[in-house]
Amino acid sequence: MAQTHVHAPDTAHDDHHDQPDSGIKRWLLATNHKDIGTMYLVFSLIMFFIGGAMAMIIRAELFQPGLQLVDPLFFNQLTTNHALVMIFGAVMPAFVGLANWMIPLQIGAPDMALPRMNNFSFWLLPFAFTLLLSTFFVPGGAAAGGWTLYPPLSVQGGDSFPMVIFAIHLMGASSIMGAINVIVTIMNMRAPGMTLLKMPMFCWSWLITAYLLIAVMPVLAGAVTMLLTDHFFKTSFFNAGGGGDPVMFQHIFWFFGHPEVYIMILPAFGIVSEILPTFSRKPLFGTDSMIYAIASIAFLSFIVWAHHMFTVGMPLAAQMFFMLSTMLIAVPTGVKVFNWTATMWRGSLSFEPPMLFAISFLFLFTIGGFSGVMLAIVPADFQYQDTYFVVAHFHYVLVPGAVFAIMGAVYYWLPKWTGHMYSMTLAKTHFWLSTIFVNVLFFPQHFLGLAGMPRRIPDYAVQFADWNAVSSIGAFGFGLSQILFAIVIIQCVRGGQKATAEVWGGATPTGLEWTLPSPAPYHSFTVQPQVP
Amino acid sequence: MREIWMNVLARCTARPGSRVGVCALVTGALATGGRAVANTSNGYNLPVGVSELSVEIHDLHMKVFWICVAIAVVVFGAMIYSLVKFRHSQGAVPDTKMLHSTKVEIIWTVIPVIILVFMAVPAAETIIKIEDTTNSELSIRVTGYQWKWQFQYMDAADGVNYFSTLSQDSNFARQLHSGIDPKTVPNYLLSVDKPMVIPSGVKVRLLLTSQDVIHAFWVPDFGMKRDAIPGFINEMWIKVAPGKEGVYRGQCAELCGRDHGAMPLVVDVRTPDEFKKWVEEQKAAVKQAARTATDPPRTAQVLN
Repeated sequence: MAQTHVHAPDTAHDDHHDQPDSGIKRWLLATNHKDIGTMYLVFSLIMFFIGGAMAMIIRAELFQPGLQLVDPLFFNQLTTNHALVMIFGAVMPAFVGLANWMIPLQIGAPDMALPRMNNFSFWLLPFAFTLLLSTFFVPGGAAAGGWTLYPPLSVQGGDSFPMVIFAIHLMGASSIMGAINVIVTIMNMRAPGMTLLKMPMFCWSWLITAYLLIAVMPVLAGAVTMLLTDHFFKTSFFNAGGGGDPVMFQHIFWFFGHPEVYIMILPAFGIVSEILPTFSRKPLFGTDSMIYAIASIAFLSFIVWAHHMFTVGMPLAAQMFFMLSTMLIAVPTGVKVFNWTATMWRGSLSFEPPMLFAISFLFLFTIGGFSGVMLAIVPADFQYQDTYFVVAHFHYVLVPGAVFAIMGAVYYWLPKWTGHMYSMTLAKTHFWLSTIFVNVLFFPQHFLGLAGMPRRIPDYAVQFADWNAVSSIGAFGFGLSQILFAIVIIQCVRGGQKATAEVWGGATPTGLEWTLPSPAPYHSFTVQPQVP
Repeated sequence: MREIWMNVLARCTARPGSRVGVCALVTGALATGGRAVANTSNGYNLPVGVSELSVEIHDLHMKVFWICVAIAVVVFGAMIYSLVKFRHSQGAVPDTKMLHSTKVEIIWTVIPVIILVFMAVPAAETIIKIEDTTNSELSIRVTGYQWKWQFQYMDAADGVNYFSTLSQDSNFARQLHSGIDPKTVPNYLLSVDKPMVIPSGVKVRLLLTSQDVIHAFWVPDFGMKRDAIPGFINEMWIKVAPGKEGVYRGQCAELCGRDHGAMPLVVDVRTPDEFKKWVEEQKAAVKQAARTATDPPRTAQVLN
């Protein structure tokens, strides 16, 4: 709407788009995919630090047994909101930001297909998260029932309860619009000659992710709306006292939640599949099977949800089914890991920061995969469930998994965005500190879980003291290291050695984005390139 | 705050590295000296436990773990070999013709499937065993509350019914700024006023439910965890091997609100004879209480 005041109607609109608007208008009324991508990425980085600050308080409290810093209820608010902020505020927007920046560049398009919707889907987020974070200041405090919002506990929430649900609705609407935009762009705006199978892996992973988002975000919206009506309108979807079933919420939630896990890792797969070939100076091994693997993982993600809830007491047949379907995911995931290894095999490897993060991803994500297989084994899961073993598992796939892939992607494409090279020394320092501390932080949590420490507790028995102290030291180190990340980015935006069009000229970057000058022109491809 | 930093210093200076694991082992060994067995975990792995199921689950866990280690050696080995051998700085020439190979791709799809079958078969057998709650000799209804447990005995112990909450000394020590060092409190956060008592060598069936939010019953040494859900009854069973009598500790494993971390489960396993004696004492106490009280407490007859 507001757009019409700024720009002439469609017929004459090209000349207005050559240059960005000046000042705040450029950002508020942004329709350019790069500007919106930048906003998404900056937003995500801010959320990463806010969610990280919560994690620092959590680990400070857990540094030694006994309560030293916070009330148990506030501790629960921190764990709940740390998860919500990191998932919906940091990881997902980072991937959408990367999609905004890179999909048009990679498929040879001038912009995203639906620029105004793009603007709307971004600007919902600051409001959603202002709403979410403001719950810390309402009576009763922020949501404290875990990010999974299991009833009846979540329904015990105070004033924050409807606010969190509305915030989730806003995030969901934003994600769905972002996903629609990705699909429409990829389906309609590919350069001539770029068949689907010739499309870069990052676009492929995002295409499949977008379908997952459209399929499951409405399910989450439905689940939380039912919570809302249970609380305010006397329905009994999940209230056993009225004939409802609290476990049904878990089924609905995880029907969203498991595909959500892959929403956070498939684009990471795409990124790693871009970075590894470049710095191995060798094409990706088994491109087609990589695509089929992503598609199989996406399909399987819809039929494994109940492995998050084995302990609720399911029929024998259901336990068997969900165990076997979950184990099956190891097969396509294994294919991906083997193909990445084969990509490096007989390559010619150099270790620039993006490559370092991709390699670290490869090792540490695989560790998360192993603990994932262990968790699939139902009888063993009866021991692991809701312990720090699970915390270690999902942090291994999300931090050195998804987050390292995002960092790798930023280090890979940052010169293309800004036109400047960044400080390799600082970036490598950031890498080494992150990789060392992330293991100090999360590896001991495997031991804690196996030794019997439940998750989501603010205080623990003294036999868990030593590994908790180690884990907390890792957390402080990891958290502080991320300041370096921000410094590298800010320096690179401000200036630095000019980047060439190919940026990684010494290696073999392939893809249309490297045919454009650095920084990429505001209106990416004015003439669609021909792909042979 | 100051205390915390002192602790950082203390931890950083006191024999780094070796301290952590050894310390856990030593305390573990000391704890098993007397009759009271706090937790048979060595501090970094699942406990073997003392029940029929826990031993089986531990074996399954170790089996899957070693399979994962074996795969890791192969996969990480190949990765590390690539990182060392194929370096640009060492003049490695990329083999750009290596695009795909149907043969290897079939191999590394089929082999994982076979390995998974090897894991799935014993796992399935154990699940079947876990879900068979028939032929139990004693049933106990376990009800979760925010934040305590209630045990209502049935069968031969019918009428025994009581609550179990965090012990006083732990409760004082766990308060914010309590000034009490948790290390001075015996079984900090893992001790209760009145533990659950069960006989060894007998299949005990637990009927789990809740009065408010979802809780979960978990004593690692019994190998099992199961949710206590309001409005529903979940079943699980425990059979502690004879000779393994002792006190076993666990805690609520499903987030249940503010004091989720202060909701321990302590199970005192006694020989069948001692258990019988304990039941008689409890019944006598109930009768005594009924005689003295004007409004006699109701015993649990809800089920059946």
